[in-house]
Amino acid sequence: MPITQPPVDAVIQALTAAVRPCDVSVFRGQTRVVVPVERALDAFRHLAGAGFDLLVDVTCVDYLDYRGAKQRYGLVYVLVNTVTNERLTVRVFADDPDPTVPSVTSIWRAADWLEREVWDLFGVRFEGHPDLRRLVMPEVFTAHPLRKDYPLQGRGERHNFPVLTRDDG
Amino acid sequence: MFVSKLDELANWCRKNSLWPMPFATACCGIELMATGASKHDLARFGAEVFRFSPRQCDLMIVAGRVVMKMLPVLQRIWLQMHEPKWVISMGACASTGGVFDTYAVVQGIDRFIPVDMYVPGCPPRPEQLIQAIIDLQDKIQREGTITGREFDTAERQRKKRALVEATLPLTIDAARNPVLQRELAAAADAAART
Repeated sequence: MPITQPPVDAVIQALTAAVRPCDVSVFRGQTRVVVPVERALDAFRHLAGAGFDLLVDVTCVDYLDYRGAKQRYGLVYVLVNTVTNERLTVRVFADDPDPTVPSVTSIWRAADWLEREVWDLFGVRFEGHPDLRRLVMPEVFTAHPLRKDYPLQGRGERHNFPVLTRDDG
Repeated sequence: MFVSKLDELANWCRKNSLWPMPFATACCGIELMATGASKHDLARFGAEVFRFSPRQCDLMIVAGRVVMKMLPVLQRIWLQMHEPKWVISMGACASTGGVFDTYAVVQGIDRFIPVDMYVPGCPPRPEQLIQAIIDLQDKIQREGTITGREFDTAERQRKKRALVEATLPLTIDAARNPVLQRELAAAADAAART
């Protein structure tokens, strides 16, 4: 059995029937499904019921000023069926202001820290997350640094510390 | 005359038994370990006793990049070290931020704590670090005093006490510490059973 297999058409067809409209595309053996945000939770529940028991990753792409992009934030969910080795990428899009998508922590517990990381770095809010705090940046940080309109060198946060001199030590 | 001889003796003792505090956060830390290991043998210069408690150290070697979340830790460890103490900023990242000119990386630890010696390199070779330690030993022999007068002022003493009291919590608040609460509950449970 190969390490990954493209999901069988039956799963996709059932998903499209249950949650429409879905935009499905296949590239180099990898299947991708775009799900509208208001039906996202239904779609994820359906996929979990269809055997996708492992959430590998939740991440995000900021499509600010990207040609052809209709919405700014593109969430990426990578799912795996550990019995059949099927792999599926699900995309959900959200837009400014206050980009919000439903949390999938109730379906896959692994989403907890992954969604916290996306909130921390992109500022996408996950509705229904039990504890949506920053994960990697300091708690005093106010910006979401992986957004494309955030300056690479920051807004001076890295210089905002007390200076200790010999007199202090 | 007598005091200056005592200074000289103290400096000689101090410079030949530097106890480094390894603040190793990145690849420079690997070179730091190589420096301490048998091939380069930092023991030849009396500085091989790496301690992981700042209370037992007098030379902080900052090896690697320091990010926003780490800087308060670095400052606290520096405050906790006893006098006399010195700091070596090892490598490009610790000294300037290096190639990591990004939002979360501190652009040189000398912006926020006093540094005695800089070691260039990415990462520096062990020989370079050893040279820095030898140079620091020269500096200690030249400038040091037995009472640490080169560091000390009355104002400094006052500020030090105020800062330590303000930054370090001196008591453990059991009500706000879940780990402690769990342990206390387990202890009470065990006592009740016996």
